[in-house]
Amino acid sequence: MAESKEEALFQEKVDAEQKIEPKDWMPADYRKNLIRQISQHGHSEIVGMLPEGNWITRAPSLRRKTVLLAKVQDEAGHGLYLYSAAETLGIGRDELNDQLLTGKAKYSSIFNYPTITWADMGAVGWLVDGAAIMNQVMLCRTSYGPYARPMVRICKEESFHQRQGYEIMNVLSHGSPEQKAMAQDALDRWWWPSLMMFGPSDADSPHSAQSMKWKIKRQSNDELRQIFIDRTVQQAEVLGLQIPDPELKWNEETQHYDWGTINWDEFFNVIKGNGPCNKERLTARQKAHADGAWVREAALAYAGKKAKKKAA
Amino acid sequence: MSKEQDFPLWEIFIQSKRGLDHKHVGSLHAADAQMAIENARDVYTRRNEGNSIWAVLAENLHASKPEDQGAFFDPADDKVYRHPTFYVMPKEAKYI
Repeated sequence: MAESKEEALFQEKVDAEQKIEPKDWMPADYRKNLIRQISQHGHSEIVGMLPEGNWITRAPSLRRKTVLLAKVQDEAGHGLYLYSAAETLGIGRDELNDQLLTGKAKYSSIFNYPTITWADMGAVGWLVDGAAIMNQVMLCRTSYGPYARPMVRICKEESFHQRQGYEIMNVLSHGSPEQKAMAQDALDRWWWPSLMMFGPSDADSPHSAQSMKWKIKRQSNDELRQIFIDRTVQQAEVLGLQIPDPELKWNEETQHYDWGTINWDEFFNVIKGNGPCNKERLTARQKAHADGAWVREAALAYAGKKAKKKAA
Repeated sequence: MSKEQDFPLWEIFIQSKRGLDHKHVGSLHAADAQMAIENARDVYTRRNEGNSIWAVLAENLHASKPEDQGAFFDPADDKVYRHPTFYVMPKEAKYI
């Protein structure tokens, strides 16, 4: 397919590392791709509040409770930054909401796993936020300006998320034998789903090549996953915990860890809606939206009344 | 799903310190100006990033067009004499 003149100019800008802004000409697929990716990212932040919200009332100390509240509040903020970024591409907030609530839009499949012990708060912060940060650090350099800018803010805020999680893991793994076992159990359950967060292998990732050309993505799924593994293994050693992968081994030649195989059937099965918590998560969001309807209506009515009074 | 009326969109500007200019940080939906400012506080200043907030209805914001960017900013292109380095100063003169 021959490129149009506009398309060539667009690619030239991208190649020259100039950011694309909302009013610039862009290929229809660039717009579509970005709306899909940014909205999925935003939905992940919003749904991501649920597994952790689950532990706010049962946090083991006031310190942990304040921290968890602040973290969940950050996720809400991050969801909002991302929704506004998506809106600059011409999609409305109501439409974004509808797509999430009707199950039409996806969110990160990691949030369809349950958080059954307190150690899960540690593992989620350490591994899930850790993996998300790797992706988001890369996205600070994404070609679309309104997507890149909030990423910088998100990365700054999220570094505490990962550290608070690792702190929980550190305390538990150096605590009583029961606490250490709880930390190990959380690592066992979250390790593989965290690796899946980077997405399918490059060869099987439908959007990867185009996204790299448009510089929406700057590093491949497999590349990011490998960096994550290389960093995390050392952190697990400090905790004295075992990564649940018998094939994990340092490779002197490549200077990276070799590791086992991801169960992609599980990944696609969860994406399709058959994970342990898909239904629960969606129902919770639908309920929150429906329960909040009267607040939104009242706010609009109040704003209308005030505007009328001012005009009179 | 029943169609609900959307809150209008507001563009948010934050002044991080007294004496600095207000900088655009993003946007949000709110029913009115007061709600926009309060939500902007919660969304954009959770870590003391702000000292003052402006909220502007997005529909009231007008922008130059990127497609005529070249021609539009052209007049400033060839006027080097607007910069101090254009002028030849004698070496002996101080503080100029």
